[in-house]
Amino acid sequence: MGAIIQAEQHQLDAGEEGHNQYLTFLLGGEMFAIPILNIKEIIEYGSLTTVPMMPEFIRGVINLRGSVVPVVDLTVRFGRQTTPVTKRTCIVIIEIESDGDKQDVGVVVDTVNEVLEIPRAEIERAPSFGAKIRADFISGMGKIAGKFVVILNVNHVLSIDEMAMLGQVGGTEPEMMALPA
Amino acid sequence: MNMDDALQTFLIECRELLQAMEEALLNLESEPDDKEAIGAVFRAAHTIKGSAGLFGLDTIVAFTHVAENVLDKVRNGEVPVDSNLIALLLSSGDHIAILVEQIAGQGVEPDEATCAAGEALLQQLKTYLAGEGQGVQITQSSVTQPHDAPLQSSGGGLVGSDTWHISLRFGHDVLKNGMDPLSFLRYLATLGEIVSVTTLPDAMPLAEQMDPECCYLGFEIDFRSTADKTMIEGVFEFVRDDCNLRILPPHSRVTEYIQLINDLPEDKVRLGDILINSGVVTQKELDEMLICQAMRSCIAEDAQSGEHVPPVPPLGEILVQEGMVQKELVDAALGKQKQARDNKAQESRYIRVHADKLDDLINLVGELVIASASAALLSQRSRDTMLHEATSTMSRLVEEIRDGALQLRMVPIGETFNRFHRVVRDVSNDLGKEIGLEIGGAETELDKSVVEKIGDPLMHLVRNSMDHGIESAELRQQRGKSAKGTVRLNAFHESGSIVIEVGDDGGGLNRDKLLAKAIERGLVGPNQSLTDQEVYALIFEAGFSTADAVTSISGRGVGMDVVRRNIEALRGMIEIDSVQGVGTTIRIRLPLTLAIIDGFLLGVGSASYVVPLDMVMECIELSEAERQETRERNYINLRGTVLPFIRLRDHFREQGKAGRRENIVVVQYAGQKAGLVVDELMGEFQTVIKPLGKIFGNLRGVSGSTILGSGEVALILDVPALIQRSVNQEAKSAGQEKLVALLK
Repeated sequence: MGAIIQAEQHQLDAGEEGHNQYLTFLLGGEMFAIPILNIKEIIEYGSLTTVPMMPEFIRGVINLRGSVVPVVDLTVRFGRQTTPVTKRTCIVIIEIESDGDKQDVGVVVDTVNEVLEIPRAEIERAPSFGAKIRADFISGMGKIAGKFVVILNVNHVLSIDEMAMLGQVGGTEPEMMALPA
Repeated sequence: MNMDDALQTFLIECRELLQAMEEALLNLESEPDDKEAIGAVFRAAHTIKGSAGLFGLDTIVAFTHVAENVLDKVRNGEVPVDSNLIALLLSSGDHIAILVEQIAGQGVEPDEATCAAGEALLQQLKTYLAGEGQGVQITQSSVTQPHDAPLQSSGGGLVGSDTWHISLRFGHDVLKNGMDPLSFLRYLATLGEIVSVTTLPDAMPLAEQMDPECCYLGFEIDFRSTADKTMIEGVFEFVRDDCNLRILPPHSRVTEYIQLINDLPEDKVRLGDILINSGVVTQKELDEMLICQAMRSCIAEDAQSGEHVPPVPPLGEILVQEGMVQKELVDAALGKQKQARDNKAQESRYIRVHADKLDDLINLVGELVIASASAALLSQRSRDTMLHEATSTMSRLVEEIRDGALQLRMVPIGETFNRFHRVVRDVSNDLGKEIGLEIGGAETELDKSVVEKIGDPLMHLVRNSMDHGIESAELRQQRGKSAKGTVRLNAFHESGSIVIEVGDDGGGLNRDKLLAKAIERGLVGPNQSLTDQEVYALIFEAGFSTADAVTSISGRGVGMDVVRRNIEALRGMIEIDSVQGVGTTIRIRLPLTLAIIDGFLLGVGSASYVVPLDMVMECIELSEAERQETRERNYINLRGTVLPFIRLRDHFREQGKAGRRENIVVVQYAGQKAGLVVDELMGEFQTVIKPLGKIFGNLRGVSGSTILGSGEVALILDVPALIQRSVNQEAKSAGQEKLVALLK
């Protein structure tokens, strides 16, 4: 009986929030997912301008039809080695909300896979350790065909405030894992 | 009509009116006899009341009504203008502003505190009205003093001509209708003094034809009173339809009326309206005359072509012919009418445009500039001369459009400056110092977005000058200065930026005291030698205050650092000049606009950067010999002077091989010269500034970005910050004191 109610609850949530569709992509050989509601568009990688004196995870800025959008390298943000740019490298433009303002941020990914539906019931809580990614970056683990996919919490991964703060530290210091979550 | 829109308009209008009211009141304070200022205050209050009434905002109407009554008395010279009254009216204006914002702006009823404040103000206002109520009572008081105002203002005219002249011809039916003509004359006497009455029996027919029930009487009355025309006419209210009444104002009144006509707000363009508003003609008289005019025009139309009919005279002429008004008055009113029409024509030359629309336009122009840059780039590559010519013509036009569009957003800084009259007045009262404000360069224009952001920093600086800068009156007299201190606000353009100065003739900054405080706080080492400029700049450090006592206005050391941060956020700079005992001037240097600048494009490695063109002095090539020489040091000999430079390639940790050639771009900012070593010079470039966003908020040395013709993003260098950064780095790392001193 309880299970039925729970299942209904899930459906209700999913219906209301429409959160159950995810874009999956590859990053350094690992698969990640982000909810499609945050995604504005996916563009080819190219004509990127590096911004000096910024931490390495900020690759630079691009011209997105007249507005200047920062591009973040997630692998560096996760404290891993950056992957070389290939023909399949893309920039996913994601809309982030910070202090009521909306800002676009680009994310470099190795390959974009597909848009998938992951029902609530198929999403597990993030493991407390073992993912080798800061726990607050993960909003859940989605089960796709028996494999786990890390569903990212974009608002934490691409937190404007945190990235700006890291920018102040500046220079070439790599990922600051010591930062409080 | 959408009420929300209308309400929005009302709000904006109220704010403007209140602003105008405040300015006029401050004017009045210095010149209590300024009739125009009084008129302006009155009109503002009146318009607010009227508009609030339209929206049914009764609280505002009720309060404003009382204020308006007081103002009316001021306007009539019944209440003298003094500083107490001005203070009261200023606070009344503030209260109205609060009411308007709360009720109309937020749609809530005013809170208790506001109500209480309003009540207190009302009580004060009512003291000015005490003992004198509305019309009737005024009339009574004028009965007791029949020789009041008109005589005084007659300027020595004959007494006989200083009376109203009333011609009264009763209609035949007056007696039949149960009226007693004489009772009207008796009632008239209560309004003033009947100087003489001439009875005109001319209309009396021969005895046998006379109907004893008819009234054949006419009177010519000279009447002395302070009552106005409407009131006199009111006496004959009941027989108005049955008699022929002409009321001519006394001669002394003529000048008064002309004055009144001239003082009318300039929104009436109809002669009749002007005459009624000034009280020269009553509504009834006007209606009568308009009918008369209409009838004459009917007659003119009826008369067929053969007959010669004089053209229908204009209203003014009819009024004079009918003896309703003197000719002078009509002339004055006609003059006023012309003036109002002219003004109306002038007003319509301005259009109120929503700021968002302008911003959109400027954004579009920005895109246009980028698009034309890319077209120019392509045409250059194509080597087609015709195409090249066409694109360069287009580029020139786009540049003009850009300048024109930016001009649209330029506003004079005077409006911002004028707000400080009130601030200086209030703060000087609080401080108990006598301080005046001088304003210069009010017509200097700058971008609206800059104007909006400059208000707060200026406020801090002005308050600071008044509190710390200007000494107490006693001290000033000891120092041989006038007891009244002066704060100056000045603005002017200088090489692509606007300079705003906040100056005072106070005590100036005490260098030793500042330095001692800085050493005490550990901001400066005890052995460090600093220039005056550097010492003065210490007051912008957070938490730095030299005031001995903390006052309500300043002294807590909060503020000046915020001022500097705000100015820097506007890509501006702040500097201080001070002479002890003579005064301090704080100079703010701001870019004219935040949207589009003329830039100079440079290449470093694979990246392109833009430097604002007004900062670029010259470009020189770094010769091979010099390149060898400068391996270990960062300065060159520029025609006999030492020019320190920054190697952007090293500074930005640019990867890749250095170019075969290097150039130095000599930049100057606020008197400092420095060089930037770059690989490539790419020339002038119209730069549309795109903000880099919050992520880069803490990045120093880059102030923004722009999009090149090729579609790539180029960064705009913040030269002062770059220099500062280098100074800090070098000061930290090596003991190159000499270079630091040179840079500073």
